[in-house]
Amino acid sequence: MDIIYTSLLGAALTLYTLSMVTGFVHLFRPLPKALIWSKNSIQAGFVFHLLAFLFRCGQAQTLAVTNMHESFSFFALLLTLAFLLVNRKKPMPILGTFVSPLLIIFTLWALVTSHTITPQPPILKSFWLPLHVLLSFAGNAFLALGFGVAIIYLLQEHLIKKKKIKGIFRKLPALQRLDELNYLCLRLGFPLLTLGIISGSVWASYAWGAHWSWDPKETWSLITWLLFAALLHGRMNSGWRGRKASLLTIIGFAAIMFTFLGVNLLLSGLHSYAH
Amino acid sequence: MHIVSLGLNHQTASVETRERLAFKSEALPAALQQLKEEACLSEGLILSTCNRVELCGISHDLGQCREKLINFLARYHQIPSEMFADKLYFHTDSDAIRHGFRVASSLDSMVVGEPQILGQLKDAFFIASESSSTGLILNRFMHRSFFIAKEVRTRTKIASCAVSVSFAAVELAKKIFGDLKGMKVMLIGAGEMCELAARHFVNQGVEQVLVTNRTFGRAQELAGEFSGIAIPFEKFRQELDQVDIVLSSTGSPDYLIGPAELSQALKKRRNRPIFLIDIAVPRDIDPKVNDLDNIYLYDVDDLQEVVTENLDQRQQEAQRAEVLVDLEVVKFEQWLASLAVTPTIKELREQIKEISEQELKKTLAGFPDLSSKERRRLEAMVNAISNKFLHHPINYLKSQDGSGESLPATTIRKIFHLTENESK
Repeated sequence: MDIIYTSLLGAALTLYTLSMVTGFVHLFRPLPKALIWSKNSIQAGFVFHLLAFLFRCGQAQTLAVTNMHESFSFFALLLTLAFLLVNRKKPMPILGTFVSPLLIIFTLWALVTSHTITPQPPILKSFWLPLHVLLSFAGNAFLALGFGVAIIYLLQEHLIKKKKIKGIFRKLPALQRLDELNYLCLRLGFPLLTLGIISGSVWASYAWGAHWSWDPKETWSLITWLLFAALLHGRMNSGWRGRKASLLTIIGFAAIMFTFLGVNLLLSGLHSYAH
Repeated sequence: MHIVSLGLNHQTASVETRERLAFKSEALPAALQQLKEEACLSEGLILSTCNRVELCGISHDLGQCREKLINFLARYHQIPSEMFADKLYFHTDSDAIRHGFRVASSLDSMVVGEPQILGQLKDAFFIASESSSTGLILNRFMHRSFFIAKEVRTRTKIASCAVSVSFAAVELAKKIFGDLKGMKVMLIGAGEMCELAARHFVNQGVEQVLVTNRTFGRAQELAGEFSGIAIPFEKFRQELDQVDIVLSSTGSPDYLIGPAELSQALKKRRNRPIFLIDIAVPRDIDPKVNDLDNIYLYDVDDLQEVVTENLDQRQQEAQRAEVLVDLEVVKFEQWLASLAVTPTIKELREQIKEISEQELKKTLAGFPDLSSKERRRLEAMVNAISNKFLHHPINYLKSQDGSGESLPATTIRKIFHLTENESK
């Protein structure tokens, strides 16, 4: 049965890679069809990834986000979903090209880490856990998408400021569009992240008897949350936008990655399901 | 049967000569009729734009073709042929095909890659086909021209970049603001280039134009043209926070706008970006403002550089386009060649059909009591024999891709006495 799961995940990885390659071909070569290929393959990749995930959930009889392997895969899956949703509302297919490296890294990482299904300790079994995981991951996925947008913004802004008005300048979207999209990602991601933290806290009070226990993951998600809260506040009240907002989004994304990976790989605490 | 084209363009002839040889589009149907008669063309097409006058057609005798075409031009426009004959180019066969494809793809244009020529060619073809002066070959030739023009447009970057300063400014503004609808533009001073750029911006849907000038009357005049608002020169700095795009071209020896004014404006407009275009020499806007976040400053040299690079790029892309055109020329020649063998194939088939029908009739006359089923089987056998017999010669003919009258076709016609049959 494991071979089916691995093949589905492998197919998703292959399609994400195809999407990235065709996306970059589009950036550097005048082939109008390349971008369509890129978009279609990321969509197809999502379908395979979703099948893999559902298959896994069926096997584990729970929301299959219980160990490192499943978290990586789930994060990539939600990031793809976030991209597809946002792209539907505000079409910017080239964003897929800039997000696909993240998809590839996480899907590949998932493929090389241990696939063993971790039996859940009874203490973790509750309705609140999957909710907490789903909300936090979804929030992080939108914020990671905003990171992709921020990278494109800084690249395009650099080209315009330095007056390099050729080549990929033409293929990249307008600054204003990018800034709006960055804001949209923040407005979607931040509330989800907030709800994720709240639901986690509720669940913690059932499972561990305390809402907040200052373990490294909790501390770092608070730091992340504060960063994005500051960004949202600045955007709403102080006219933060453009370059400044993009830089902060990137710092925020680094905090997300540290909360997500660094804490698990480097520090230990209640959340270290990896060990 | 040959494709021929004769004409002159912006490179070979002055605008006076082009004017005198131009055709009015309403007079084209009659001119086409005259062209076909006088130049002995079986199909004809006239393309007349401000940059070129071209006659294109299908001729069956190249000998006098060039002279006939020149005479037609001279008689039609009633000017002596010596006045323009040396400015003409004359292409036949594959050169004419290539020339037609290059014209359609805008590789032969004054500004390489400009898109108007394709529309003009389509109009010319429309008129010619309406007055039924085009036929099988020119129809296909034109359709292939439109096709290759589209190929060149999508597969090379030949037409993707602005080649004028004012249009380069519009293109940049679009990459900053995305959509120019609802934007406000301020014109400082009244240079010609500034005005042209403002006109481009208005075409792109900017909402409002503010105009300021040291002479308030001039500002009002210009504002009237764009149905905008005139602002006294002393007050324009206070309005900077209202506008998204600033076009400046005054004769001022000093900077009119510096980082201080713009920082203030940015604060008031909550950092919404401002795009400044400084067309003045000496400059009106302190180059330091480009270091401010959300401020984008381009001066006339920056824009000129963009334009020059774009022109260079067009030249490079034009070379890639030539390759695409060459490929298409080869394909079209193959089609023409296949056209040349088509009558031979047809006659060959008719000949054997005639023979087998005659022989079948004779044979069947000797067997009056054959059932209809048996008759049909005999007929089928004769058909099968003739088809199988012709299979190889026809394939051989089809595979030949020499242009014009192909040698194999001639040989086969001789072997099977096809010309004799025809003359009977």
